[in-house]
Amino acid sequence: MNDPELYGLYLGIISVLVLATVIGLILEWRVSSPKGKETVANLNARTRAWWMMSGVFAVANLCGTYTTVCLFALLSFLALREFVTLTPTRRGDHRSLLFIFFILMPLQYLLVATRWYGFFSVLVPVYAFLFIPTVNALGGDARHFLERTAKLQWSAMICVYCLSHAPALLMLDIPGYKGENPKLLLFMVLVTQLSDVLQYVWGKTTGKTPVAPAISPNKTREGLLGGVASATLVGTLLWWATPFTPLAAWAMALLLSLAGFAGGLTMSAIKRDRGVKDYGTLIEGHGGVLDRIDSICFAAPLFFHVVRYFYTV
Amino acid sequence: MTTWIASFLAWVARLISGATAAWIDCPPSARQRIYFGNHSSHLDFVVMWSVLPERVRPRVRPVAAAEYWNRSALRRYVAGKVFRAVLVERASADLAGRQQQMQKMLDGLGQDESLIFFPEGTRGSGDEVQPFKSGLYHLALSRPNLELVPVYLENLNRVLPKGEFLPVPLLSRVFFGPPIHLNDGEPKADFLERARQALLRLSGHE
Repeated sequence: MNDPELYGLYLGIISVLVLATVIGLILEWRVSSPKGKETVANLNARTRAWWMMSGVFAVANLCGTYTTVCLFALLSFLALREFVTLTPTRRGDHRSLLFIFFILMPLQYLLVATRWYGFFSVLVPVYAFLFIPTVNALGGDARHFLERTAKLQWSAMICVYCLSHAPALLMLDIPGYKGENPKLLLFMVLVTQLSDVLQYVWGKTTGKTPVAPAISPNKTREGLLGGVASATLVGTLLWWATPFTPLAAWAMALLLSLAGFAGGLTMSAIKRDRGVKDYGTLIEGHGGVLDRIDSICFAAPLFFHVVRYFYTV
Repeated sequence: MTTWIASFLAWVARLISGATAAWIDCPPSARQRIYFGNHSSHLDFVVMWSVLPERVRPRVRPVAAAEYWNRSALRRYVAGKVFRAVLVERASADLAGRQQQMQKMLDGLGQDESLIFFPEGTRGSGDEVQPFKSGLYHLALSRPNLELVPVYLENLNRVLPKGEFLPVPLLSRVFFGPPIHLNDGEPKADFLERARQALLRLSGHE
């Protein structure tokens, strides 16, 4: 992997994180009220987690296709675990869960690694879609059958199928962009996550009108507009690292930001229904893995298909 | 060697079950206790044991069914040598037989050992906690100074339900609640129900 543009992107990420860390240290030193100290401690925990997450992602991304696929398979596993834990399943779902965890999930990522697009794109929505209710019916428990089946299919679609489209970006053959796909993946993750962070920052500073107060009081119209606009701007400015023209990069970044927002909102609705704030506790200051990657789950498949339609032969 | 195997099995159990411990008004301690929990999975005692602090673990022994753990040489080794389980017969109908099983548990407690005990006697479906058998009462009566710690195991019936062989690696939690004691002259049925309620109260925790 010897791509100066890729290193350029990482240099940018490191600079931003260094800046955030320095600001955090200054705040820690300046703020004295107990409530302020708590906010700063949470902010610094988030920054530390960002260093960690960026580091893990960078190593996988720079090491090549297989490590990237493995990283996303691991994320899928952790997300699936959090999702199913929160979703009440019954005794009769045990076999279907075993199938999703130990056969479907590894197989989906194997198909990404072997670049078998045809099978990759239908494994979950066709084969697993029909197989899961069959296994459940054989389990012999008819209570809440449709509801239970829907929960299992959702867990497979969101945590396995949708997320697997992120490493699948590496299998796209884009003329004139050969061997540069890791930047495409980084662009997608960067814009989506940046949009999350910026929506949070804009929402905290200027947010007034909640978009969906019954779902998430923290998601405000001001936060959405500010976050999407600024993340789209950053995405546009990164056009040089992508196969896109500046105008196309603008459209792509807008798509990613909006899809990310949709993902966060949808997954919040599920959390709200289950009466919890976070899916897990794995990442300090962020909650669980799924809380961090919910936006990617929605952004990745859309981005994948738009790029595939317009940029591959 | 056996300590190493035990630590490894504890690590595997935590990995599969994603178990985390929550100590609610009950600080972890090496003092002599009886940990009594709800029973719905084969993983129960290993997981409960695995989330105890490392310094506490070597002095905590599970009470387990002899007819299950004596069935093969491997099981006998794991139960007897690795976890130093106290193996009791569940199906002793007569009074002498029951007294003999009680004596085994009291011997197992010795001066400074703690026990992991499942007062329902057998694994349930996990949907509800069955009424307690009288073993817990007799233990409390014989050793009144022991702390009886209710332990609610959440989600383990979903990780490995009764009758299944392979576990689904979901996240589970182990809640340790405030210790209870047998009151002077408290009737058996009242005590057992009070102990059961102490366990159930933990199930609603976040």
